[in-house]
Amino acid sequence: MSAVNGSPILEVRELDLYYGDAQALDGVTLAASEGEIVAIVGSNGAGKSSLIRTIAGIETQRRGMVRFRGQDIGGLPSHRVCELGIGQVPEGRQVFPSLTVRENLEMGAMLRRARARLAQTLEEIFELFPRLKERERQPAGTLSGGEQQMLAIGRCLMGQPELVMFDEPSLGLAPTIVQEVFHTIRRLHERGLTIILVEQNVAVSLKLAQSAYVLENGRIAMNGTGAELLADDRVRQAYLGL
Amino acid sequence: MSAQRRAQVLLAILAVALIVLPFVSGSYVLSVATLILFFAFTGQAWNVMMGFAGQLSLGHSLYVGLGAYAAAGLFFHYGIGPWAGVWLAIALCVVAGAVIGFLAFRFGISGVYFALLTIAFAEFTRIGFDHITWLGGAAGLFIKVEQRDTWDLLNLRGTPKMFYFVMLALAAGAFAFCTWLLRSRAGYYWQAIREDEDAAQALGINTFRWKMLAVVISAAMTGVAGVFYAFYYNNLFPEQTYHISRSIEIILGPIIGGLGTLFGPILGAAVLTILADSITEIMAAAGIEVPGVKQVFYGLCLLVVIMFLPNGIWPAIARRLGLKDK
Repeated sequence: MSAVNGSPILEVRELDLYYGDAQALDGVTLAASEGEIVAIVGSNGAGKSSLIRTIAGIETQRRGMVRFRGQDIGGLPSHRVCELGIGQVPEGRQVFPSLTVRENLEMGAMLRRARARLAQTLEEIFELFPRLKERERQPAGTLSGGEQQMLAIGRCLMGQPELVMFDEPSLGLAPTIVQEVFHTIRRLHERGLTIILVEQNVAVSLKLAQSAYVLENGRIAMNGTGAELLADDRVRQAYLGL
Repeated sequence: MSAQRRAQVLLAILAVALIVLPFVSGSYVLSVATLILFFAFTGQAWNVMMGFAGQLSLGHSLYVGLGAYAAAGLFFHYGIGPWAGVWLAIALCVVAGAVIGFLAFRFGISGVYFALLTIAFAEFTRIGFDHITWLGGAAGLFIKVEQRDTWDLLNLRGTPKMFYFVMLALAAGAFAFCTWLLRSRAGYYWQAIREDEDAAQALGINTFRWKMLAVVISAAMTGVAGVFYAFYYNNLFPEQTYHISRSIEIILGPIIGGLGTLFGPILGAAVLTILADSITEIMAAAGIEVPGVKQVFYGLCLLVVIMFLPNGIWPAIARRLGLKDK
């Protein structure tokens, strides 16, 4: 599908993941081309987070393949995957509450690929999120939910990823902040980042995405361009309540 | 005066006081002070694992015991002094810590289950040592007490004053080492792991490796304390050395003083040891003899601190003094 735009930067094929006997992913196949936003939508427990965690190397699949820039990364430990340029903004923000904003950001740049340019990247992040600059010396736990999400995004960017996976970035945020988060994602897309966006906010993420997948019970139930899925009756009924 | 300057001045005053103390105090105060320094040291070691890296060990008596028995065994059988024995002690503790850490972290055992694993290792080592006749078994291992009026630093035989200064040097060294550790890259990673391990992993931190490092360093340091323990008390019984109550004693200081702080373990050890000893003295003077009063007292201390100063005593004091202790 997305392979029409050239060879994919990320390729997932026939991925099976189990937690003990429970199957979380069942033959998941997807691809992301360089510079595109790929949305993965689905209800709670459909396997969205499992998919991200498997690509990130935190879970290990039982079958199937994950390829990044042609290299097989399935089974690599997470720190090696990060080192290749796959970043992750985990669900629920997960900043380090008692470390300062600056320390949080620096923690994101501990990868070998990013360490040397730390100071420069930090400046770029502060430009992108001026509010983080204002709160530089504050413990991250004292930030508002929206600010923490910005910090989590900034921290991920500190590692200079080429592909960023967002896990439910709008979860638990006020509507205006949600808009801001999606606006940020669009800006990162404009800068050329490849983005995988896992969201329950189906309408917005499908509008944003070039290609999209619907995950149901660990299986890809549908895929297409964002616009196609947005127009699909089944998607409209099941996820948009129309 | 800047916070850092104030901290340096206070540290200098403390250092001078600790150096002068044995020349002005009696033997009882000296023994209490030595005990405080011992717990300050072991607390500092335990704090590396729990306070810095967030890994709860309830079995640190294992490392005290292994260190103690390693050095005492070498001395008892071959006359090899503790300065050689300490390396065997460190090596054994590193291996033990690495085995426990590997089993736990490789198979995703964390939190309470990790703590249980540490207890299990200490417990079956205790039972195992009851049957090692070469090290005295359940009947105990005794090092000959001699030369109490001269200092034999090489063999760690000498006056209480010598033991005090050895322990002071160890505690000061541990403090300096931990200060450096916390500011090193490892210290940085540990804090991330302690605060949110999933997030640390998502950022590409090799959590397995850094947790292993914390366990191994903590175990090695505690093993050194074990060597001192053996030569200070001159007798070792598995039943005492490896007992879980010893592990609890080790962790109370840093918890009461302030988890993850550098000065908390020292302050906690001082407060606990002084108070517990005074209570024992007062009870003895009053002619009341109740077994286990020290344990009850520890429990009370813990209760009070958890209720009123959940971060420990030191952070509260540090704030009063306008100091920072990370």
